[in-house]
Amino acid sequence: MDDLDRAIVNRLQGGFPLCPRPFAAAAATLGTDEETLLLRLAALLADGTLTRFGPLYDAERLGGAFTLCALRVPAADFERVAGLVNAHAEVAHNYERAHAFNMWFVLAARSRGDIARVIAAIEAETGLAVHEFPREAEYFIELRLAA
Amino acid sequence: MSAALRDLDERIVRATQAGLPLVREPYAALAAALGVAEGEAIARLEAMLADRRMRRIGVVPNHYALGYTANGMSVWDVDDDQVDRLGREVGALPFVSHCYRRPRRLPAWRYNLFAMVHARSREEVEAKLGEIRALLGQALRAQDVLYSTRILKKTGLRLS
Repeated sequence: MDDLDRAIVNRLQGGFPLCPRPFAAAAATLGTDEETLLLRLAALLADGTLTRFGPLYDAERLGGAFTLCALRVPAADFERVAGLVNAHAEVAHNYERAHAFNMWFVLAARSRGDIARVIAAIEAETGLAVHEFPREAEYFIELRLAA
Repeated sequence: MSAALRDLDERIVRATQAGLPLVREPYAALAAALGVAEGEAIARLEAMLADRRMRRIGVVPNHYALGYTANGMSVWDVDDDQVDRLGREVGALPFVSHCYRRPRRLPAWRYNLFAMVHARSREEVEAKLGEIRALLGQALRAQDVLYSTRILKKTGLRLS
């Protein structure tokens, strides 16, 4: 990763221009040109430095429903339960964490009703209680990861 | 908002949730795919940014690829009458993302404030937890940190 890659990662996390030639406009602020920026973005996506490039939406404000859930999964059963949970399209992220509550996943669905149905299905399939932690307030400032 | 605009916005979200095309005129390409004028697609993206249905447009870095391999979900039991004021202060710390108040699930779970801390090592996470602890002061009753040990699934937002 060279200085231009670092500048792309650090300075293009927001504010990408909404104009007909946005890559040309963004490239100018980074001291490069449109063609180079397009090639660098493709390379950073291909090598996994970036997971995505584009608009980042707020699922709840779009009208969807969104919640955080946790399970206490017996170690011997962990892989089977992970497979059952991940099979649901509504499971957006799922992390193993070092804690008695060792599986944490985010559900994104159309409605509260859909969330409740997915939780009930996961409980029925796994035989485990799903602990739900919906957000009640957001104290959110955008993280700016430095490359 | 009219039903027609709501429908167009939904189609724009579906078409862009995986990303923008890497072409010189990405909004023209998006508009062509949706059968609308480029100016209309740009105007709807601006509207979604303005009313915060969209957080931002840009690159989404992979924490792990950038060396932020120690990501701790810190959880805090904070006095209910102070949690909103203190939560805003914790959320403003530069190493914290996704700072939320969530319900307790007693007796299994006593923590009502969640703050994701990103750092390059667990030692660095622990140091940052010390900063949060100092900030919470007397309002803090208990805390814990849950390190992720494996990503089991990670997809972007996908509308069905």
